[in-house]
Amino acid sequence: MRKYLLKRIFYLFLTLFIVATATFFLMKLMPGTPLQNEAKLTASEKASILAQYGLDKPVWLQYFIYIGGIFKGSLGLSFQFSDQAVSYLIGSRMGPSMQLGGQAMVVGVIFGIILGAVGAIRKDTWADRLATILSILGIAVPSFVLAILLQYYLGLKLGWFPVAGWEGFAYTILPTLALAASPLAETARFIRTDMVDVLSSDYIELAKAKGLSKFGIVYHHALRNSLIPMVTLIGPLAAALMTGSMVVENIFSVPGIGEQFVKSILVNDYPTIMGVTIFYSALLCLLLLLTDIVYGIIDPRIRLSGNGD
Amino acid sequence: MVDNPNNIEIKPGDFEPLDKAAGPDNEKIAAPSLTFGQDVWRRLKSNKTAFTSFIVLILLFLMAFGGQALYHQNPNDQEPKYANLPPKIPGVGIHGLNGHINQSGADVDAYKQAGAGSNVHYILGTDYLGRDLLARIMYGTRVSLEIALIATLIDLTIGVGFGILSGWMGGRVDMFMQRIIEILSSIPSLVVMVLMATAFQKTGMASIIAALALINWTTMARLTRAQTLQLKNQDFILAARTLGESAPKIAWKHLLPNLSSVIIIQTMFTIPNAIFFEAFLSYIGIGISSPQASLGTLISDGQKNFQFLPYQMWYPAIVLIVLMLAFNLLGDGMRDAFDPKSKR
Repeated sequence: MRKYLLKRIFYLFLTLFIVATATFFLMKLMPGTPLQNEAKLTASEKASILAQYGLDKPVWLQYFIYIGGIFKGSLGLSFQFSDQAVSYLIGSRMGPSMQLGGQAMVVGVIFGIILGAVGAIRKDTWADRLATILSILGIAVPSFVLAILLQYYLGLKLGWFPVAGWEGFAYTILPTLALAASPLAETARFIRTDMVDVLSSDYIELAKAKGLSKFGIVYHHALRNSLIPMVTLIGPLAAALMTGSMVVENIFSVPGIGEQFVKSILVNDYPTIMGVTIFYSALLCLLLLLTDIVYGIIDPRIRLSGNGD
Repeated sequence: MVDNPNNIEIKPGDFEPLDKAAGPDNEKIAAPSLTFGQDVWRRLKSNKTAFTSFIVLILLFLMAFGGQALYHQNPNDQEPKYANLPPKIPGVGIHGLNGHINQSGADVDAYKQAGAGSNVHYILGTDYLGRDLLARIMYGTRVSLEIALIATLIDLTIGVGFGILSGWMGGRVDMFMQRIIEILSSIPSLVVMVLMATAFQKTGMASIIAALALINWTTMARLTRAQTLQLKNQDFILAARTLGESAPKIAWKHLLPNLSSVIIIQTMFTIPNAIFFEAFLSYIGIGISSPQASLGTLISDGQKNFQFLPYQMWYPAIVLIVLMLAFNLLGDGMRDAFDPKSKR
């Protein structure tokens, strides 16, 4: 277990190192400087601005400074907000994103499990068909379309929820719903497939033969076994939430990381793009590592070992 | 004779021996024997949802690639005086398709207001520059499909090649190649796509295709590797090796046909994924740029006027959703059709 952990942590750092290197050189390939109104500046002003961002040094030195900085928790200075550190920018915008992501994950997974379980128990009935249609729609309707529709119909027309902004819990409801659709659909599909398998296995037959109630069988025997492989879904779901958050935060003007990322892309704020990329990758890597460890703990059949697969 | 209700007389002379050679053969298989492909097709046809999706996809492809032959409207022709006209189909009186809009409570004929003659009508209306929306949707769907299909093809080639090589070589090569996949798949794919699309800015379609293809192949590689590992120890591969067949030839002639079902099924899920990411990138403004259009840019343009002219976003959004639905449902059907063991 320890050997396995050490190995995984080594790979985590290797991955992040590769991501950092790749983003650094990709960004160096691109045109653009932090200079605004370049034509109006004198040569010495230009030089001092470039020096402020460390862009006067040769590229290889910039690279080492950047990588060294990451270890110290520094991700450089943002181009669009002068003098603001990227790490501060990310830190100050993390709250809303994490809250939305967490809420969407909880809502999506819980309702997904219910939808999937209903589908599996009432297999081939109208309830199953409805659950399947809902989960397929959740996959087929892109989050940005759903977000716009929710904002217009529930927010503007019916006036049930605030249309946009970030001033309290009511403001989180619509973006959470828009984000939760995809985890909900994925979870429902996953649980349904898995539970159909589990429900036809011998120990469920035994539980039926013992005369357990239908609810008892589903809750104590079937669902618990289906939940274990669910853990592996958390990584991909988190990645999907990151994707979704970029547009959903934009549409509902939530001051989160996703919104910042899209803005930075549109104005070519390279240090912020790099910083957010590394942050997202680190987050996903950590989540994947955590899910693997949790999976090993809750499923005794899985043994984590250090020597390959 | 008692049990014969019709009182038919049967005499021994009524019977005569059959010619044995021409007679029915007990060993004969009545139904024609089906190839694997025919069998899959038969199962797919019996799955109503999947078959409907298949038909819908064919129609959408016809619309996207052949629509312009029937509907002669240039998707880029701007007609500023006819901007933002709602859908109008001559002879149809239903509100929403008759060219009328609600303007501060009153029902107004938008075409009359714009000074358009009675011969002017746009089936799906026009956008903010007065471009024919139907023509733009057909054009945008084509661009979206082209991007998704080319990206999927590249991604398929890389993924399958990588997977077969990794599984076939085994040992250290396999270890190394698996680590590459592990690292790549723990990077959020969208972030990489955004980076790629930003890095190759203003190159349009090519950059999106590259970004899509470079990221999505890992799942395919994983699946083909797992399958190759199973296949390579089977007797027919051993026989081919014993007969001195070269490795590339074994891969082409023996592995690929056996991998085909896995590849086809996975492709059916890669395509909608690519369509989604293309729409996503175009929507946030780093994908296709004007005057080119894709479903993503159409939705993004339509969204700006959604409050007053909802049709501008609804129509491209519906096309995108139907496209995604059809591919996903067909993919599900294919998975069942290719796997005779799976029961629904």
